[in-house]
Amino acid sequence: MSVIYQKTYNVEKDDYANAGLVSSLIKQSLRTIGVSSAVSRRVAVAVYEAEINMIIHAYGGTITLEISDDGAIRLIASDLGPGIPDIQKALTPGFSTASKKAMELGFGAGMGLPNIKRNADEFHIESSPAGTVLDLKFQERE
Amino acid sequence: MKVSEMIEKTGFKTVVPGEDREVNGVYCGDLLSWVMGNGQPEQAWITVQSHLNVIAVAVLREFSCIVLAENAEFPEEVIERAKNEGLTLLYSDLPVYETAVRLFKAGV
Ligand SMILES: Nc1ncnc2c1ncn2[C@@H]1O[C@H](COP(=O)(O)OP(=O)(O)OP(=O)(O)O)[C@@H](O)[C@H]1O
Ligand SMILES: [Mg+2]
Repeated sequence: MSVIYQKTYNVEKDDYANAGLVSSLIKQSLRTIGVSSAVSRRVAVAVYEAEINMIIHAYGGTITLEISDDGAIRLIASDLGPGIPDIQKALTPGFSTASKKAMELGFGAGMGLPNIKRNADEFHIESSPAGTVLDLKFQERE
Repeated sequence: MKVSEMIEKTGFKTVVPGEDREVNGVYCGDLLSWVMGNGQPEQAWITVQSHLNVIAVAVLREFSCIVLAENAEFPEEVIERAKNEGLTLLYSDLPVYETAVRLFKAGV
């Protein structure tokens, strides 16, 4: 298995206005190369939530899309910190540390990471004060 | 039914006339990741959130249109973004529940 396509996108801290941009670009690329709409949608939802988390909770970072010759889709969302102190807690539906301002805008349901986990076929998360890395894989489901 | 027919039957005010998509059901919600996790393509989305991110959510979730309830208003930048995306934006001066009921009565 080898990687036949790779692209990295930047996500800036506090850049609410462009949230969703990376997600829609990735969705378009996937559709263009013939990935099913079901898989493209799952990828797009995961990218969006990862993007928003980087904007709201982290100091920005990058999202990399990789496609292998066997059709596997991999996403790596890597940010610049401050990290997640308790990952189990963060993965619990409803848990959020979103600010009051973010909540007024409709963020902070504590459903972003659970959404990512549900939509991905493989889900890995690692975090330290230097940053959080989400490593996700997607494939066609029967 | 199509968005155009839905608009005719409900009388909701058109802010941005987008693509005349098929409408299949309704989703109500203001918590964006909740909407992201549970909304379905072709639904009309009723919300009171009016900032830029609702456009991103609606586009990614492939909603047929957004109905902004409770007399809220979209800022100009949001209207521009929706135009670029071909996404229909509508205003309802009713609260969320009554807005949903009106859509139901219209047969959505
Ligand atoms: N990239 C990140 N860097 C630092 N902390 C994060 C990051 N992503 C998530 N978190 C932490 O994990 C919590 C849960 O994240 P999750 O995306 O599930 O919910 P949320 O972002 O708070 O709300 P929602 O996604 O529903 O709008 C966040 O409140 C935050 O404390
Ligand atoms: Mg989140």
